[in-house]
Amino acid sequence: MKPIWNDTQEYDLKSGKYVKIWQGPQHPGITGNMSIELLLEGDEIKLLKTHVGYLHRGFEKLMERRKFINCFPIVCRICVPEPDTNEYLFATAVEELSGIEIPERAKWIRALNLEMARLGATVMGLGGQAGSFGLGTIGQWAVAHRDFLLDSFEELTGGRIYHMYIVPGGVRYEIPEGFEGRLEKTLVKIEKLLSDIDKVMFHNAVFKSRSKGLARIPKDWIEPFGINGTTARASGVSYDVRKDHPYLIYDQLDFDVITGTEGDVYARTELRREECLLSINLIRQILAKMPKSGPVRTFIPDIMHWKIPAGETYVRAESGRGEYGYYMVTDGSEYPQRVHVKGPSYTHAMSLLEKLAEGNTNADIFGIMVSLQTYPPEIER
Amino acid sequence: MKELIERLRSKFNAKNVKEQRKNFVFITVAKKDLEGCVLYLKEFEGYGHLTLLTALDWIEKDQFELVYHLHNYSNKTDVSVKTFIDRKNPTMVSINNLWAGARVYEREIKELFGIDFPGCPRVNDPFALEGWQEIPPMRKDFDTKKYSEETYFPRPGRYTKDNVAQMEEQLYPVEAEVKNGIAKTVRKK
Repeated sequence: MKPIWNDTQEYDLKSGKYVKIWQGPQHPGITGNMSIELLLEGDEIKLLKTHVGYLHRGFEKLMERRKFINCFPIVCRICVPEPDTNEYLFATAVEELSGIEIPERAKWIRALNLEMARLGATVMGLGGQAGSFGLGTIGQWAVAHRDFLLDSFEELTGGRIYHMYIVPGGVRYEIPEGFEGRLEKTLVKIEKLLSDIDKVMFHNAVFKSRSKGLARIPKDWIEPFGINGTTARASGVSYDVRKDHPYLIYDQLDFDVITGTEGDVYARTELRREECLLSINLIRQILAKMPKSGPVRTFIPDIMHWKIPAGETYVRAESGRGEYGYYMVTDGSEYPQRVHVKGPSYTHAMSLLEKLAEGNTNADIFGIMVSLQTYPPEIER
Repeated sequence: MKELIERLRSKFNAKNVKEQRKNFVFITVAKKDLEGCVLYLKEFEGYGHLTLLTALDWIEKDQFELVYHLHNYSNKTDVSVKTFIDRKNPTMVSINNLWAGARVYEREIKELFGIDFPGCPRVNDPFALEGWQEIPPMRKDFDTKKYSEETYFPRPGRYTKDNVAQMEEQLYPVEAEVKNGIAKTVRKK
């Protein structure tokens, strides 16, 4: 079988034709702490290699030495903008292996929490995308509006960034009184922001001319590169874990999978704007349909001596950037045998970015990188 | 799903079939059958998406376990193909020509578990740990506590909670020593 890309070509660095430069790990254009090694001919990228490891904290190894409940402060640190997906997946894997059913109201609160996290991360991602093309104002607006959501999170969970709110057996606390009204005010603010972003970003000649046709992902790359989430949907693949493998209460909500056709940076950004509106819609639906009373947490055994039966499972959920998966193996002891975290950046930022960068210019590389929503802690865990 | 399992049983002698959920199954095949099995699943059964590839260290059995998790977009089912390889001489056939994304997984497993994938491009490049000298860190016999105790040392902490005294000690160590010495002798009296 023919390999998908040919990387056997050698570049003669002594010929004077090529320049090799490093960008990162501390660079305003790079998302997070990773560095890229560029081989340029003029302004055109010939070869890109991503280098990770600046944020390697060995989470998967650390979890092998910790009890199940002690893993919670670790898993949320795998993804800073959207930690709730990690908490949810770890809790679900533990519940599935130990056979715990969570109460109905806890499912709705979990979904509310996940949608709020997705909204915050996607709004900030839109700002980052604008910033990568020099429209810094939108980045400031987006971060400011995410802060309103962080206030809501603080009210709901007690934490702004890392919540540790979703625990095995349900969620930690009841929703505070009057929370729905205050969250609704934030949602209205974000809707206003999105219409403003429409005017200054999507109708902006600079953004349009730079991002249209940039880094187009053809549909036949989806499977070889393992692309999923918003990046795949912008290329026309209708795959959303919320719809295709409904978890929690997503089968009771009314929504459609948003897809694009072009698969370029503009299409991906536009799709994420639509995703923000979808999240707002889903949050409203969840608040309206949620059962108004009932327990939010079920009984779980003594957490410090909690032995989970031997087994293995893979659970998945849709994060703001793509499919997130946890593969957990237990051996009947108090500690997990192995926890493997599969984040969407893993394939997007390594193999796909290396392929997409070829032939693009040095100035556009950050736009491409942000549009793939790369996030290094997911890669090196 | 039932027919698929039967086909895998007859073609590749799949063992330890375990249906985790109604659309998700774990199977185990022999090491020599693995490439054929994932190729068959990809080309003929529509399992075109490699969700993850990872390894487990079973130190008691002296074996490594490799897990190839495949997903089918059209009928929304998952198959997890597992195989066991020897821990003494860990080598596995590379599948980077089937999935371009697999090269990253193989590079990571080479670094973290020491399982070799001959033929995979850039497999010997460091992934996250540049200049690593110890045994591969995700193996169970790697002692993280011992490593951190030998490699990292605690920084000298503050011995006083008084900010003025702390800065005096840092900036003017001799004067601070004299002053503290006088204070001590005065207090002794």
